[in-house]
This record gives sequence, structure tokens and C-alpha cells, in this order.
Amino acid sequence: MAGPISSERALNAALLRVVIVGHVDHGKSTLVGRLLYDTDSFPEGKLEAIQAMCERRGMPFEWAFLMDALQAERDQGITIDASQIRFKTAKRDYVIIDAPGHKEFLKNMVSGAASADAALLVIDAHEGVQEQSRRHGYLLHLLGVRQVVVAINKMDLADYSESRFVKVEEEYRRYLAGIGVEARHIIPVSAREGGGIVRRSDRMDWYDGPTVVEALDGFQPPVPPTELPLRFPIQDVYKFDHRRLIVGRIESGRLRVGDTILLSPSNKAAKVASIENWGASVPSLAASAGQSIAVTLHEQIFIERGQVASHAENPPIETNVFRANIFWLGHKPLKVGNRYKLKLHTGEYRAEVQSIDRIVEVADLSSQKGEEVVKNAVAEVTLRTRGLVALDEFSDNSHTGRFVLVEDYAIVGGGIVNMKGYPDQRQSVTRKATNIFFVDHRVDAASRWQLNGHRSGVLWLTGLSGAGKSTLALELESQLFRKGYQVYVLDGDNLRNGLNANLGFLPEDRAENIRRAGEVAALFAEAGLIVITAFISPYRADRDRVRAIAPEGFHEVYVKASLATCERRDPKGLYRRARTGEIPDFTGVSSPYEAPETPELTLDTDELTVEESVARLLEYVEKNLVGGKGWEDQSPLGSVNQLGAPGL
Amino acid sequence: MNYLDALENQSLYIFREAFNKIDKLAMLWSIGKDSNVLLWLARKAFLGHVPFPLVHIDTSYKMPEMIAFRDRMAKEWNLNLIVGQNKAALAAGMGPEKGRVVCCGALKTEGLKQTIAAQGFTGVFAGIRRDEEGTRAKERVFSPRGEHAEWDFRDQPPEFWDQFKTDFAPGTHLRIHPILHWTELDIWRYIRRENIPVVDLYFAKDGRRYRSLGCAPCTGTVASTAATIDDIIAELETTKISERSGRAQDKESEDAFERLRVEGYM
Repeated sequence: MAGPISSERALNAALLRVVIVGHVDHGKSTLVGRLLYDTDSFPEGKLEAIQAMCERRGMPFEWAFLMDALQAERDQGITIDASQIRFKTAKRDYVIIDAPGHKEFLKNMVSGAASADAALLVIDAHEGVQEQSRRHGYLLHLLGVRQVVVAINKMDLADYSESRFVKVEEEYRRYLAGIGVEARHIIPVSAREGGGIVRRSDRMDWYDGPTVVEALDGFQPPVPPTELPLRFPIQDVYKFDHRRLIVGRIESGRLRVGDTILLSPSNKAAKVASIENWGASVPSLAASAGQSIAVTLHEQIFIERGQVASHAENPPIETNVFRANIFWLGHKPLKVGNRYKLKLHTGEYRAEVQSIDRIVEVADLSSQKGEEVVKNAVAEVTLRTRGLVALDEFSDNSHTGRFVLVEDYAIVGGGIVNMKGYPDQRQSVTRKATNIFFVDHRVDAASRWQLNGHRSGVLWLTGLSGAGKSTLALELESQLFRKGYQVYVLDGDNLRNGLNANLGFLPEDRAENIRRAGEVAALFAEAGLIVITAFISPYRADRDRVRAIAPEGFHEVYVKASLATCERRDPKGLYRRARTGEIPDFTGVSSPYEAPETPELTLDTDELTVEESVARLLEYVEKNLVGGKGWEDQSPLGSVNQLGAPGL
Repeated sequence: MNYLDALENQSLYIFREAFNKIDKLAMLWSIGKDSNVLLWLARKAFLGHVPFPLVHIDTSYKMPEMIAFRDRMAKEWNLNLIVGQNKAALAAGMGPEKGRVVCCGALKTEGLKQTIAAQGFTGVFAGIRRDEEGTRAKERVFSPRGEHAEWDFRDQPPEFWDQFKTDFAPGTHLRIHPILHWTELDIWRYIRRENIPVVDLYFAKDGRRYRSLGCAPCTGTVASTAATIDDIIAELETTKISERSGRAQDKESEDAFERLRVEGYM
């Protein structure tokens, strides 16, 4: 049925890569052997060679020996590593990837499946759905393989029984539905007898769906994502023949000569002067997804491997924290606090596991909290990187939304990015205006302090809603004022009535809310006031940025209370509404809260009364903002120029 | 983008990854069709340059046409060519009559190991393809080898999403396979498209031609009338005879080739 294919077709059609997965001994390798034989794709002499191998071992003919090329695989009758072989139908060319089913070789199964466009999942009709049937189904989904066909194999051992088939089919369909996957077809086959693969089996007249080959031919060929926004991760910079060449592969979108590209996370821009192509008679003017290219730029900006070029209007996300769905392949378990090397497209970063949010039991899709993720497990975790990473959500762009983790010298896990609850930090670090000149005040902070009799600074109260921030801030303000201090409270809700009235509660809005509040607080402090702020300020990156404006005058106060306590207090009725889903992004419930790592002061309001907490705050103020070292000879807030407050 | 473009672009990506991540690289050049395509792809990846030396392991049993081709191309393309040879084994009388697998092990594998050690290479490009032979089908693109160049097929690193294993302990070195995903037919179609020079031995004379080039004593011809690249492509589109059928050393035992590869053979 295969026959020779014309060069024309082979040159223009895309190859379809199909991975064969499933539980051990469910007949994957046999099915592949049969598929190749029945489509007339066996090389000459191969059948005889396999016959000879089987005779030598005193066993019946074994189709699996075609793919199980290693001696150890044949001797033990198992597939150790994935194999790849080409085959063709009347419709197109395929690469068949035969992946091992043994749990201990899961890393090899992942290696095979991650490069596939489609999957054929094999289940033994007799044994039914087993652990790896489920795990492989789950991993296919996680790896982004969306086209799946299921073959219920060994129907010959189940008397070609329709009821047996339907039972297994229904069980597996239910499982797939639980992970949001729909199998295109579920096909009864007998790989050993050749029924249902290329030919229909006359023993299964009750089945009127497609054969395996018909189902494969029904898959869609891969299409490079040229319509997505441009993502061109930089692989290297070469200096050849007095030219500076920026090389890499376009992962999505298109690039034209003359385009201005934005590099993330450096946020520098440059114009593409040429797309270089060795050996081509005509210079390229454009390139698109899938092409490994070399470009020269008009501006000689600093560029290094790991940066991502995009168009300015559609840049990737920048973040230093994100959630990820991971599968773990390492011998040593993944634990909170562990540090790994994270490799995402061509970028490499130090990453720390901030939390293990849930561990998924693939057998029944239940999930629980846990201390560690063991080998072959799948989990949802939160990772924090040193420095900003340019990436995308996996659902938006699979190529720039997936990564691997490296420990010592080994790749120990893979994952896909989910930004739910975390802001794109790009807004907060991008300076849009240029030609800004700072104005030096004639009255400096130290002079104001001398007049006031105390130093100024920012007491930044952070904590969950209901932890007691506003209560403590207002009481502290009142007591300090009565003692003669220049003091003012910046309250979150109050700022949202005016300065921040145009911001909502999406992660990006929250980040911007804090950025503005931080700038205002710094200005007030510069004016000589003790500023007390009361903002949930859930993201560590935002608070770190406020601290960076005037590091010496910033005092982070963690108003700590358990989520249970805050929900019980629920002063504004917000938790109740968040729990019913009425408020979608609520910190601590549906959106993350990142507690300070090393705050200047922690007040545990589960334990302390309001009076006790305020007493500690007063004590802190007196110790750190009054007297002590003479302030005449130091300027703790830094010079005005470093304050980042442009002349208004 | 057609399917040859897709293969080419993936190979360029692999070359550039290796060039960025691996310190001391070399490319194995067997003078056969695959390694000529490999060399061509390297020149594309590096815009006409070959920024690493080429290593040819001379068993002294190679066909003279291959040596002549090698020296001509090295001069024309301005290549940095290193010729390696296991001189001690040759002096001790090693040859195919001692056993083909033994001979391959000594003159090719051992010759290669000696050259790698002498030059201190941490990574070598090799032009192997998955469709050549069952054990090669199981290879990784970046394949780590032990201190003695041995291949541990039982525990290969995971390799997905083009994230290759590029971190490794001192003493390990890498084989890098930029055309692992190509087939014999792809190679010839690409040679035709790009007009890549190949040794004349591939073209039929008197009804026979070489499909795969190795040492003269162990490499046989196949019956063929294919005298041009177009003829070869037409022949491969219909043939069911395997590519290495002319190689005698593969046939000594069921796992002869696997044993050679575990020891460090290409």
C-alpha cells in the first residue's frame, strides 16, 4: 500500500513525528514492527535477520526485534531507549519514535515524546489501563502533544470481544477527560496478527472506525508558528570577516530587514541591517519561525546569549518568579529551597524552588501538598530566579514557555511556565521617557532632619489582608505625632481612590500600584517625614524595588498573621467574597503572597496585641530614627539624584 | 519551509549550540557523503568558516580516491586537517586478517581515541544518522562518552526541547551528531540541491557502485547502474537493500556493530 513516493512530495510535505507510548509489555514495539512490515517499509533481509535472532534464542518470531536494536533489549525483551525509524504511507512520510514503557526509563520516554507532533498510545486489551498508560497520557498533555490516538492492543488475547474493548475504552476516555485531552480515535487492534493496523480485521466486524494507519494519516502536519509574535532567542554572537553576527533560531513569528528588535531582558533596541546567508546568491530580506539565522544590526549594542529579540509591541514577559508544571527525572528529589540551573530556550539562570504547591497523583489525578517531588512524579511548583527571565506562558508560546532544570551535570526535570498570579515585571522596570535631568534641591535631607529633630524614612508594612497593617499604621502615626514627629500614613485603599484609581488587582496592576506608592513614599521621606505605609505588597520584587530607591531609609516590617486568622478577622468581608469566587485575584486565596525573607522587623499579630505591636514599632523608631550616630556626617537617604524623583 | 530546509535549520542550531557550549571541538571527517554534508552544514552555520579542525583517522586501508579527495578539498576550502593514525598497531601488523571487528577496534576506534587524547578535544562532531543502523537510531544528539570513549546506552541523558546535555564532569567528552535526524535519501537530495562535492566512487561503473565508503578490504560495492546523483536518488526511492549491506565488519556476529559502538566506534 505504500509504494515509492515522488521526490516532489517528499520535498514539499512536512514529516510527521509520531511517538508510540504506553505501559510495558502492552505491545508497542510489536505494533511498530507490524506497522512497518505491513506498509512494506522493511529493509531487505531484515525479516530473515530477525528470524535468525529468534531461532538462536529458541523463541517464536518477535516483531519487536526491529526496534529493539540493542543486545540487552533483545535478551531481556524490553525497550531501554527510544528508537526512531522512518516509514511512509500513501499519504506522507513519518518518523516513528518507539518509546520505552518501563517506569525506570521514563526519561527516555520523555526524550522521545517531547519531539513528537502526535502520539499513538497503546493499551493491552487483556490487562487494561495500567500505571504507565495513565502517566504517559498525562505527560503527553504536559509536553504539549495534542494529537492522540489510542490503540487497544492484543484483541486476539481478548477473543476480539467488543464488550472488553468498550470497557477499556470507556475507562481510558474518562481518564483523558480528567486531564482535558480528547483522543481522536480509540482503535481495537491485534499487532501480532496484524488486525486493525493496515488491514481491517474480519474478527472485529463490530468496529467501524479507522485503522491505525488511517488514523495517523488523519493527523495534522506540524506548522511552524509564524503567526505568533516574534521570538528570536540569541544563541551566540560571532565576529567573522569584520562583521558582528547575531545568530539564533526564530522560534516564532517573522523578522524582516529594517525591523527594530527589542532585546529582553536588557530592554535595548536595535535595527536589523541584514540577514546573512552563506552560499546564497540572493540576500534574504525576511526570515520566519524555524529558521536558524544570522543577522547584523545598525547599532552596536551589547548582546549576549539568552536574550530574546522581539518586536517592541509584542515583547515576552519579564519575571523572576513563576509557577511551573514539572515532571521530575532526578535521582535526588526536588525540595523547597533547592537551587538548580534553569535552561529556558538559550538562556541559563540560577533558580530556587520557592514552594511545592501540589503534587499530582497521576493514577487518579488527585493532588496533595508535599515536602518533596520524587523521581518520575509530576507537580506544580513556584520557582524564583536570580535576575529577570524573558519568557512566555506555555499556553501562549510553547517554545519560550518551557524549560529544563540541571543539577550537577544532569538534566533532572522539565517544566512548562504558568504565570497565574504573578505580574509581568517589564512595566515596572521600563523607563519610557528620555531627556530627564535631575534638579538638586538647595535644602538636603540632613538639614530637614536637624530642623525636625529626627531622621526620616519609610516604614513599609507588608502582610496579608486582615493582618493588621492599617490598624498598626494609624495607631503608630497617632502616637508619633503626639510625640512631635513629622509623620504620615500612606494607606493602600486611600491611594487607590486617587493616585492609583486607574489600577485594578491584576498582577501587573498590583506591581504598578506598589511602584507608584514607593515613589511617593520616597518623596515624602525626602521631604523629612517618617512615612508609614500599609500595603499588602504581595511581590518580593516590588518591595525590593522600593527598597532600592533609598536603601538606607527603608525599613521593611512584616505584619505576620496566618491565613486562618486573617480569614477569621475578615474586616472588609473580602475573604468571604474571594472564597465564593466573586473576587478573582485575591492574595493568599487565589493569588500568591511572598513573605519577606529578611525584614527589619516582624510583628506576629497572631501572638501580639495591637498595643504590644505598636510598642515594638515605637521602640524600633526610637532606636533607628532618633539620635544614635550623628546624622550630620551621613546622608542615609543618599543624594537626591539617586532618589529617582524627577523634578515635577 | 520545505522538509530539507527543516533538516538543515535543525543541524545549524545543533552546530551553534555545540560551538557555544563546548571548549575544544573537532569534526570527524571520514570523506564519505555524510561527513561532506556535515562539513557543508558547518560552513553554513559559521558563514563560510570552519572554526575547528577536521580529524581524519587514516587506517592506511582507505581507498586512494578518498585520500586524493580529502587533500584536494582541504586545500580548496582552507581546512585545518589533522590526520590521526594508530601507528603502534600498524607497526605490530594489525589488519583485517586479524579479524574485522578487532581491526576496526584498533585502527579506527583506538586511532580516534589516541587522536582525541593527544589534541585534548572535549567534543567531536560526527556524521552518523539514525537510519543507518539500529543502535545509531538510539543515539542522542549530544552523546556523552566516558573517559575511555565508551558509550553507556543503558543510561543516556534525557534530551528534549533541544535542551542538550552540555554540562559534564571533567574527563567526559562529547560526540555531537548534527545530522542524526537525516536519512540516506535526505543526504543525497541535499547534495543535489546544494551541489556538494562527493567522491566518484559513489557513481556506478560497470554495473556496480559504493553506497557507503570505508576501508578497501571491508567495503564492497552493490549492483547498480546509478551514474549520477539523480540516478542515485531514484534508486534509493525504491530500494529495500540496507545501506551498510556492503560492510563486512557489521556481519561478524549479531551484535558486532553494537559492540564496536559501545567501545567508542562511530
